[in-house]
Amino acid sequence: MYPSAFEYKAPTTLEEALTMLAEVGDEGRVLAGGQSLIPMMKLRLAVPGVLVDINGLPGLDFIEGANGHLRVGALVRHNDIVNSEVVTQANHTMAAAAPWIADPLVRNRGTVCGSVAHCDPEGDWNSVMLALRAQVVARSTSGERVIPIDDFVVDFFTNSLQPGEMVTEVRIPHYSGPAGGTYLKLERKIGDYATVAVATHLQLDSAGKIAQAGIALTAVNSINTRASAAEDALVGEAPSEELFGEAAELAAQASDPEDNVRGPAEYKRDIVRVYTRRGLAKALELAQAS
Amino acid sequence: MEITVTINGQARTSEVQPRKLLVDYIRTDAELTGTHIGCDTTSCGACTVLLDGVPVKSCTVFAVQANGKSVTTVEGLKQNGRLHPIQDAFKEYHGLQCGFCTPAMMLVGTALLEKNPDPSEDDVRWAISGNICRCTGYVNIVKSIQGAGKAIQALASGQAS
Repeated sequence: MYPSAFEYKAPTTLEEALTMLAEVGDEGRVLAGGQSLIPMMKLRLAVPGVLVDINGLPGLDFIEGANGHLRVGALVRHNDIVNSEVVTQANHTMAAAAPWIADPLVRNRGTVCGSVAHCDPEGDWNSVMLALRAQVVARSTSGERVIPIDDFVVDFFTNSLQPGEMVTEVRIPHYSGPAGGTYLKLERKIGDYATVAVATHLQLDSAGKIAQAGIALTAVNSINTRASAAEDALVGEAPSEELFGEAAELAAQASDPEDNVRGPAEYKRDIVRVYTRRGLAKALELAQAS
Repeated sequence: MEITVTINGQARTSEVQPRKLLVDYIRTDAELTGTHIGCDTTSCGACTVLLDGVPVKSCTVFAVQANGKSVTTVEGLKQNGRLHPIQDAFKEYHGLQCGFCTPAMMLVGTALLEKNPDPSEDDVRWAISGNICRCTGYVNIVKSIQGAGKAIQALASGQAS
Protein backbone atom coordinates (compact mmCIF):
# COMPACT_ATOMS: atom_id res chain seq x y z
CA MET A 1 0.00 0.00 0.00
CA TYR A 2 1.31 3.41 -0.93
CA PRO A 3 0.24 6.75 0.49
CA SER A 4 -0.60 9.61 -1.87
CA ALA A 5 2.45 11.51 -3.02
CA PHE A 6 3.72 14.15 -0.62
CA GLU A 7 6.63 16.49 -0.26
CA TYR A 8 9.19 15.40 2.35
CA LYS A 9 11.22 17.84 4.42
CA ALA A 10 13.90 16.91 6.92
CA PRO A 11 14.88 19.99 8.92
CA THR A 12 17.91 19.86 11.20
CA THR A 13 16.92 22.54 13.71
CA LEU A 14 13.68 23.30 15.54
CA GLU A 15 13.63 26.85 14.11
CA GLU A 16 13.90 25.46 10.59
CA ALA A 17 11.10 22.97 11.30
CA LEU A 18 8.81 25.70 12.67
CA THR A 19 9.50 27.92 9.64
CA MET A 20 8.62 25.04 7.32
CA LEU A 21 5.41 24.30 9.27
CA ALA A 22 4.45 27.98 9.15
CA GLU A 23 4.98 28.08 5.38
CA VAL A 24 2.94 24.97 4.62
CA GLY A 25 0.15 25.68 7.13
CA ASP A 26 -2.80 23.32 6.90
CA GLU A 27 -1.08 21.07 4.37
CA GLY A 28 1.71 20.12 6.72
CA ARG A 29 1.97 17.28 9.20
CA VAL A 30 4.78 16.54 11.62
CA LEU A 31 6.35 13.10 11.18
CA ALA A 32 7.87 11.79 14.42
CA GLY A 33 7.59 8.04 15.06
CA GLY A 34 5.05 7.66 12.26
CA GLN A 35 3.55 4.52 13.80
CA SER A 36 0.01 5.91 13.55
CA LEU A 37 0.45 8.52 10.82
CA ILE A 38 2.10 6.24 8.24
CA PRO A 39 -0.58 3.49 8.54
CA MET A 40 -3.26 6.18 8.20
CA MET A 41 -1.51 7.59 5.13
CA LYS A 42 -1.26 4.11 3.61
CA LEU A 43 -5.02 3.70 4.06
CA ARG A 44 -5.44 7.25 2.65
CA LEU A 45 -7.25 8.29 5.81
CA ALA A 46 -4.59 11.00 6.15
CA VAL A 47 -3.41 12.79 3.02
CA PRO A 48 -0.90 15.46 4.06
CA GLY A 49 0.71 17.47 1.26
CA VAL A 50 3.94 17.98 3.17
CA LEU A 51 5.61 15.89 5.86
CA VAL A 52 8.07 17.63 8.14
CA ASP A 53 10.24 14.87 9.60
CA ILE A 54 11.47 15.98 13.02
CA ASN A 55 13.63 12.90 13.68
CA GLY A 56 16.77 14.85 12.79
CA LEU A 57 16.15 17.63 15.32
CA PRO A 58 18.63 17.66 18.21
CA GLY A 59 17.68 17.92 21.87
CA LEU A 60 14.09 16.67 21.75
CA ASP A 61 14.70 13.27 23.34
CA PHE A 62 14.81 14.44 26.95
CA ILE A 63 13.05 12.86 29.94
CA GLU A 64 13.84 15.06 32.89
CA GLY A 65 12.51 16.60 36.07
CA ALA A 66 12.49 20.39 36.05
CA ASN A 67 10.52 23.08 37.92
CA GLY A 68 8.07 20.69 39.48
CA HIS A 69 7.41 18.83 36.25
CA LEU A 70 8.49 15.70 34.51
CA ARG A 71 9.24 16.83 30.96
CA VAL A 72 9.01 14.43 28.03
CA GLY A 73 10.39 15.71 24.72
CA ALA A 74 8.89 15.22 21.26
CA LEU A 75 11.36 12.51 20.24
CA VAL A 76 11.01 10.31 23.31
CA ARG A 77 9.95 6.84 22.12
CA HIS A 78 7.56 4.65 24.09
CA ASN A 79 10.42 2.29 24.89
CA ASP A 80 12.48 5.16 26.32
CA ILE A 81 9.73 5.51 28.92
CA VAL A 82 9.77 1.74 29.59
CA ASN A 83 13.51 1.94 30.23
CA SER A 84 13.53 5.26 32.11
CA GLU A 85 14.53 5.20 35.77
CA VAL A 86 13.30 8.78 36.12
CA VAL A 87 9.80 7.68 35.12
CA THR A 88 9.85 4.47 37.14
CA GLN A 89 10.69 6.48 40.25
CA ALA A 90 8.56 9.55 39.63
CA ASN A 91 5.43 8.31 37.99
CA HIS A 92 3.58 5.04 38.57
CA THR A 93 0.83 5.66 36.04
CA MET A 94 3.21 6.36 33.16
CA ALA A 95 5.48 3.48 34.14
CA ALA A 96 2.49 1.11 34.21
CA ALA A 97 1.17 2.24 30.83
CA ALA A 98 4.38 2.28 28.78
CA PRO A 99 4.96 -1.49 28.43
CA TRP A 100 1.38 -1.91 27.17
CA ILE A 101 1.64 0.55 24.28
CA ALA A 102 1.35 -1.42 21.02
CA ASP A 103 4.20 -3.96 20.70
CA PRO A 104 8.01 -3.82 21.18
CA LEU A 105 8.76 -2.88 17.55
CA VAL A 106 6.24 -0.04 17.51
CA ARG A 107 7.50 1.11 20.91
CA ASN A 108 11.01 1.40 19.46
CA ARG A 109 9.81 3.97 16.98
CA GLY A 110 6.55 5.61 18.13
CA THR A 111 6.70 8.69 20.34
CA VAL A 112 4.74 9.76 23.41
CA CYS A 113 4.11 13.27 22.08
CA GLY A 114 3.04 11.91 18.70
CA SER A 115 0.53 9.65 20.40
CA VAL A 116 -0.78 12.55 22.49
CA ALA A 117 -1.17 14.74 19.40
CA HIS A 118 -2.85 11.93 17.44
CA CYS A 119 -5.88 11.94 19.79
CA ASP A 120 -6.98 8.43 18.96
CA PRO A 121 -9.67 7.59 21.55
CA GLU A 122 -8.23 4.07 21.66
CA GLY A 123 -4.75 5.45 22.34
CA ASP A 124 -3.36 4.99 25.84
CA TRP A 125 -1.26 8.07 26.56
CA ASN A 126 -4.05 10.64 26.60
CA SER A 127 -5.86 8.81 29.40
CA VAL A 128 -2.60 8.75 31.35
CA MET A 129 -2.09 12.47 30.69
CA LEU A 130 -5.68 13.28 31.70
CA ALA A 131 -5.35 11.36 34.96
CA LEU A 132 -2.06 13.13 35.68
CA ARG A 133 -3.32 16.57 34.58
CA ALA A 134 -0.46 17.04 32.14
CA GLN A 135 0.22 20.03 29.93
CA VAL A 136 1.13 20.01 26.26
CA VAL A 137 3.77 22.46 25.08
CA ALA A 138 3.25 23.64 21.50
CA ARG A 139 5.69 25.77 19.53
CA SER A 140 5.30 27.81 16.37
CA THR A 141 7.20 30.69 14.79
CA SER A 142 5.06 33.03 16.90
CA GLY A 143 6.07 31.46 20.21
CA GLU A 144 5.09 28.86 22.74
CA ARG A 145 1.73 27.82 24.18
CA VAL A 146 1.26 25.64 27.23
CA ILE A 147 -2.07 23.85 26.83
CA PRO A 148 -3.76 21.86 29.62
CA ILE A 149 -4.45 18.34 28.36
CA ASP A 150 -8.23 18.81 28.83
CA ASP A 151 -8.12 21.68 26.32
CA PHE A 152 -5.72 19.87 24.00
CA VAL A 153 -7.85 16.76 23.43
CA VAL A 154 -10.78 18.23 21.52
CA ASP A 155 -12.49 15.38 19.73
CA PHE A 156 -12.07 12.12 17.81
CA PHE A 157 -8.56 12.44 16.22
CA THR A 158 -8.70 16.19 16.81
CA ASN A 159 -6.38 18.30 18.95
CA SER A 160 -6.34 22.03 19.52
CA LEU A 161 -3.08 22.74 17.66
CA GLN A 162 -3.20 25.60 15.18
CA PRO A 163 -1.70 25.24 11.68
CA GLY A 164 2.05 25.79 11.99
CA GLU A 165 2.22 24.54 15.56
CA MET A 166 3.98 21.39 16.74
CA VAL A 167 4.11 19.62 20.09
CA THR A 168 7.62 19.92 21.54
CA GLU A 169 6.99 18.29 24.92
CA VAL A 170 4.46 17.14 27.48
CA ARG A 171 4.82 18.25 31.08
CA ILE A 172 3.53 16.06 33.85
CA PRO A 173 3.22 17.63 37.31
CA HIS A 174 5.63 16.17 39.81
CA TYR A 175 3.64 15.15 42.86
CA SER A 176 5.31 15.68 46.18
CA GLY A 177 4.07 13.66 49.10
CA PRO A 178 2.27 10.34 48.99
CA ALA A 179 1.03 9.66 45.48
CA GLY A 180 0.40 6.58 43.41
CA GLY A 181 -1.33 5.41 40.29
CA THR A 182 -1.55 2.76 37.64
CA TYR A 183 -2.85 1.93 34.18
CA LEU A 184 -4.95 -1.16 33.70
CA LYS A 185 -5.52 -2.27 30.13
CA LEU A 186 -7.55 -5.14 28.76
CA GLU A 187 -6.40 -6.17 25.29
CA ARG A 188 -7.09 -9.25 23.21
CA LYS A 189 -3.46 -9.65 22.23
CA ILE A 190 -0.26 -7.62 22.33
CA GLY A 191 -0.39 -4.93 19.69
CA ASP A 192 -4.18 -4.69 19.65
CA TYR A 193 -5.94 -1.57 20.79
CA ALA A 194 -7.40 -1.59 24.28
CA THR A 195 -10.79 -3.22 24.69
CA VAL A 196 -10.97 -0.94 27.73
CA ALA A 197 -8.27 0.74 29.78
CA VAL A 198 -8.38 2.92 32.88
CA ALA A 199 -5.71 5.33 34.16
CA THR A 200 -5.78 6.20 37.86
CA HIS A 201 -3.82 8.58 40.04
CA LEU A 202 -4.26 9.45 43.73
CA GLN A 203 -2.50 12.00 45.87
CA LEU A 204 -2.95 11.88 49.66
CA ASP A 205 -2.68 14.71 52.18
CA SER A 206 -0.84 14.50 55.49
CA ALA A 207 -3.94 13.09 57.19
CA GLY A 208 -4.16 10.29 54.62
CA LYS A 209 -7.23 11.75 52.90
CA ILE A 210 -7.45 12.07 49.12
CA ALA A 211 -6.11 15.47 48.06
CA GLN A 212 -6.28 14.88 44.33
CA ALA A 213 -7.73 12.17 42.15
CA GLY A 214 -7.29 11.43 38.47
CA ILE A 215 -9.34 8.84 36.57
CA ALA A 216 -9.46 8.64 32.77
CA LEU A 217 -10.88 6.09 30.37
CA THR A 218 -9.60 4.65 27.08
CA ALA A 219 -11.65 3.24 24.19
CA VAL A 220 -15.09 3.76 25.72
CA ASN A 221 -16.04 7.15 24.25
CA SER A 222 -15.27 9.10 21.07
CA ILE A 223 -12.35 10.68 22.95
CA ASN A 224 -10.27 9.72 25.97
CA THR A 225 -12.50 10.76 28.84
CA ARG A 226 -11.92 12.14 32.31
CA ALA A 227 -14.34 10.54 34.79
CA SER A 228 -14.97 13.88 36.53
CA ALA A 229 -17.85 12.79 38.77
CA ALA A 230 -15.80 9.86 40.03
CA GLU A 231 -12.84 12.15 40.74
CA ASP A 232 -15.06 14.64 42.58
CA ALA A 233 -16.52 11.87 44.74
CA LEU A 234 -13.02 10.98 45.96
CA VAL A 235 -11.45 14.37 46.72
CA GLY A 236 -11.45 15.30 50.42
CA GLU A 237 -12.55 11.83 51.52
CA ALA A 238 -10.74 9.12 53.44
CA PRO A 239 -9.99 6.23 51.07
CA SER A 240 -12.05 3.09 51.58
CA GLU A 241 -13.24 0.13 49.57
CA GLU A 242 -16.79 1.46 49.69
CA LEU A 243 -15.71 4.88 48.40
CA PHE A 244 -13.73 3.29 45.57
CA GLY A 245 -16.80 1.22 44.71
CA GLU A 246 -18.90 4.40 44.41
CA ALA A 247 -16.23 6.09 42.26
CA ALA A 248 -16.02 3.00 40.06
CA GLU A 249 -19.78 3.12 39.51
CA LEU A 250 -19.55 6.80 38.52
CA ALA A 251 -16.66 6.04 36.14
CA ALA A 252 -18.72 3.31 34.48
CA GLN A 253 -21.55 5.84 34.03
CA ALA A 254 -19.08 8.21 32.32
CA SER A 255 -18.36 5.58 29.66
CA ASP A 256 -20.44 5.16 26.54
CA PRO A 257 -18.80 2.24 24.76
CA GLU A 258 -19.90 0.67 21.48
CA ASP A 259 -20.60 -2.94 20.69
CA ASN A 260 -17.80 -4.07 18.40
CA VAL A 261 -15.40 -6.91 17.69
CA ARG A 262 -13.71 -6.32 21.05
CA GLY A 263 -16.90 -6.93 23.00
CA PRO A 264 -20.40 -5.69 23.78
CA ALA A 265 -20.97 -2.30 25.40
CA GLU A 266 -22.34 -3.76 28.61
CA TYR A 267 -19.22 -5.87 29.11
CA LYS A 268 -16.92 -2.91 28.48
CA ARG A 269 -18.83 -0.72 30.94
CA ASP A 270 -18.45 -3.43 33.53
CA ILE A 271 -14.70 -3.61 32.87
CA VAL A 272 -14.51 0.17 33.43
CA ARG A 273 -16.15 -0.35 36.82
CA VAL A 274 -13.87 -3.24 37.81
CA TYR A 275 -10.65 -1.63 36.52
CA THR A 276 -11.44 1.69 38.21
CA ARG A 277 -11.94 -0.04 41.54
CA ARG A 278 -8.78 -2.13 41.13
CA GLY A 279 -6.80 0.81 39.79
CA LEU A 280 -7.75 3.00 42.75
CA ALA A 281 -6.83 0.22 45.19
CA LYS A 282 -3.43 -0.12 43.50
CA ALA A 283 -2.94 3.67 43.47
CA LEU A 284 -3.71 3.82 47.20
CA GLU A 285 -1.34 0.94 47.96
CA LEU A 286 1.48 2.68 46.06
CA ALA A 287 0.71 6.08 47.62
CA GLN A 288 0.74 4.65 51.13
CA ALA A 289 4.04 2.87 50.41
CA SER A 290 5.67 6.01 48.98
CA MET B 1 14.89 12.58 -3.58
CA GLU B 2 18.42 11.16 -3.50
CA ILE B 3 19.19 8.99 -0.49
CA THR B 4 22.18 6.98 0.70
CA VAL B 5 21.42 3.98 2.86
CA THR B 6 24.01 1.53 4.13
CA ILE B 7 22.42 -1.88 3.74
CA ASN B 8 24.30 -4.76 5.35
CA GLY B 9 27.48 -2.69 5.35
CA GLN B 10 27.21 -1.55 1.75
CA ALA B 11 26.35 2.09 0.99
CA ARG B 12 23.75 2.50 -1.73
CA THR B 13 22.79 5.83 -3.30
CA SER B 14 19.64 6.16 -5.37
CA GLU B 15 16.69 8.33 -6.23
CA VAL B 16 13.40 7.46 -4.48
CA GLN B 17 9.94 8.94 -4.14
CA PRO B 18 9.32 10.10 -0.56
CA ARG B 19 6.28 7.83 -0.32
CA LYS B 20 8.30 4.68 -0.99
CA LEU B 21 8.24 2.47 2.10
CA LEU B 22 11.51 1.15 3.43
CA VAL B 23 10.39 -2.45 2.89
CA ASP B 24 9.69 -1.80 -0.78
CA TYR B 25 13.01 0.00 -1.16
CA ILE B 26 14.80 -3.03 0.34
CA ARG B 27 12.91 -5.62 -1.70
CA THR B 28 12.49 -3.85 -5.03
CA ASP B 29 15.30 -1.30 -5.29
CA ALA B 30 18.01 -3.17 -3.37
CA GLU B 31 16.64 -6.55 -4.55
CA LEU B 32 16.97 -8.13 -1.12
CA THR B 33 13.85 -10.25 -0.83
CA GLY B 34 14.61 -11.86 2.53
CA THR B 35 12.61 -9.09 4.20
CA HIS B 36 8.98 -10.11 3.88
CA ILE B 37 5.74 -8.19 3.59
CA GLY B 38 3.09 -9.83 5.73
CA CYS B 39 0.16 -7.68 6.74
CA ASP B 40 1.40 -4.30 5.46
CA THR B 41 -0.57 -2.74 8.34
CA THR B 42 2.01 -2.58 11.18
CA SER B 43 0.57 -5.68 12.85
CA CYS B 44 2.63 -8.77 12.04
CA GLY B 45 6.31 -7.77 12.17
CA ALA B 46 7.32 -9.92 9.15
CA CYS B 47 9.04 -6.87 7.62
CA THR B 48 11.29 -6.24 10.65
CA VAL B 49 14.77 -4.91 9.90
CA LEU B 50 17.37 -3.31 12.14
CA LEU B 51 17.57 0.46 11.61
CA ASP B 52 20.82 1.61 13.20
CA GLY B 53 20.64 -1.62 15.22
CA VAL B 54 17.07 -1.11 16.44
CA PRO B 55 14.31 -3.49 15.26
CA VAL B 56 11.55 -1.63 13.42
CA LYS B 57 8.71 -2.55 11.07
CA SER B 58 10.00 -1.49 7.65
CA CYS B 59 6.44 -1.23 6.27
CA THR B 60 5.94 1.69 8.66
CA VAL B 61 9.07 3.71 7.86
CA PHE B 62 9.66 5.66 4.66
CA ALA B 63 12.85 4.88 2.75
CA VAL B 64 13.80 8.58 2.89
CA GLN B 65 13.85 8.29 6.69
CA ALA B 66 16.70 5.78 6.39
CA ASN B 67 18.83 8.33 4.54
CA GLY B 68 22.28 8.37 6.16
CA LYS B 69 21.43 5.39 8.35
CA SER B 70 22.37 1.74 8.34
CA VAL B 71 19.93 -1.08 7.76
CA THR B 72 20.53 -4.74 8.56
CA THR B 73 18.36 -7.33 6.86
CA VAL B 74 18.45 -11.12 7.17
CA GLU B 75 20.93 -11.22 4.28
CA GLY B 76 23.39 -9.32 6.49
CA LEU B 77 23.49 -11.94 9.23
CA LYS B 78 25.80 -14.35 7.39
CA GLN B 79 29.41 -13.18 7.64
CA ASN B 80 32.43 -14.44 5.65
CA GLY B 81 30.49 -17.39 4.32
CA ARG B 82 29.51 -18.55 7.82
CA LEU B 83 25.97 -18.53 9.13
CA HIS B 84 25.30 -16.31 12.13
CA PRO B 85 24.88 -18.31 15.37
CA ILE B 86 21.19 -17.39 15.35
CA GLN B 87 20.81 -18.93 11.90
CA ASP B 88 22.59 -22.08 13.10
CA ALA B 89 20.30 -22.18 16.14
CA PHE B 90 17.10 -21.83 14.08
CA LYS B 91 18.37 -24.79 12.02
CA GLU B 92 19.38 -26.85 15.04
CA TYR B 93 16.21 -26.25 17.07
CA HIS B 94 13.92 -26.28 14.05
CA GLY B 95 12.81 -22.72 14.77
CA LEU B 96 10.78 -22.44 11.59
CA GLN B 97 7.92 -24.14 9.85
CA CYS B 98 6.84 -22.20 6.75
CA GLY B 99 9.70 -19.72 7.22
CA PHE B 100 7.76 -16.56 6.47
CA CYS B 101 8.29 -14.91 9.87
CA THR B 102 11.81 -16.33 10.29
CA PRO B 103 13.98 -13.46 8.97
CA ALA B 104 12.21 -11.05 11.33
CA MET B 105 12.37 -13.46 14.28
CA MET B 106 16.12 -13.87 13.76
CA LEU B 107 16.71 -10.11 13.60
CA VAL B 108 14.61 -9.44 16.71
CA GLY B 109 16.50 -12.32 18.36
CA THR B 110 19.93 -10.85 17.54
CA ALA B 111 18.88 -7.42 18.81
CA LEU B 112 17.66 -9.00 22.06
CA LEU B 113 20.87 -11.04 22.51
CA GLU B 114 22.99 -7.90 22.03
CA LYS B 115 21.39 -6.45 25.15
CA ASN B 116 20.67 -9.65 27.05
CA PRO B 117 22.91 -12.59 26.09
CA ASP B 118 21.12 -15.05 28.38
CA PRO B 119 17.39 -14.26 28.14
CA SER B 120 14.72 -16.22 30.01
CA GLU B 121 11.78 -17.71 28.14
CA ASP B 122 9.68 -14.74 29.30
CA ASP B 123 12.31 -12.27 28.04
CA VAL B 124 12.28 -13.89 24.60
CA ARG B 125 8.50 -14.12 24.42
CA TRP B 126 8.22 -10.45 25.40
CA ALA B 127 10.83 -9.45 22.79
CA ILE B 128 9.07 -11.31 19.95
CA SER B 129 5.59 -10.22 21.01
CA GLY B 130 5.42 -7.83 18.03
CA ASN B 131 6.13 -10.67 15.58
CA ILE B 132 3.46 -13.11 14.55
CA CYS B 133 4.24 -16.71 13.55
CA ARG B 134 1.17 -17.87 11.68
CA CYS B 135 2.28 -21.50 12.06
CA THR B 136 2.21 -20.78 15.82
CA GLY B 137 5.65 -22.38 16.16
CA TYR B 138 6.71 -20.18 19.03
CA VAL B 139 8.10 -22.95 21.26
CA ASN B 140 10.97 -23.71 18.91
CA ILE B 141 11.53 -20.04 18.05
CA VAL B 142 12.06 -19.34 21.75
CA LYS B 143 14.41 -22.36 22.04
CA SER B 144 16.36 -21.18 18.98
CA ILE B 145 16.90 -17.67 20.33
CA GLN B 146 17.94 -18.97 23.74
CA GLY B 147 20.20 -21.55 22.06
CA ALA B 148 21.82 -18.84 19.95
CA GLY B 149 22.51 -16.85 23.11
CA LYS B 150 24.33 -19.81 24.62
CA ALA B 151 26.28 -20.40 21.40
CA ILE B 152 27.32 -16.73 21.21
CA GLN B 153 28.46 -16.80 24.85
CA ALA B 154 30.42 -20.03 24.28
CA LEU B 155 32.03 -18.51 21.20
CA ALA B 156 32.98 -15.37 23.14
CA SER B 157 34.48 -17.31 26.06
CA GLY B 158 36.33 -19.55 23.59
CA GLN B 159 37.88 -16.49 21.96
CA ALA B 160 38.77 -15.01 25.34
CA SER B 161 40.65 -18.07 26.56
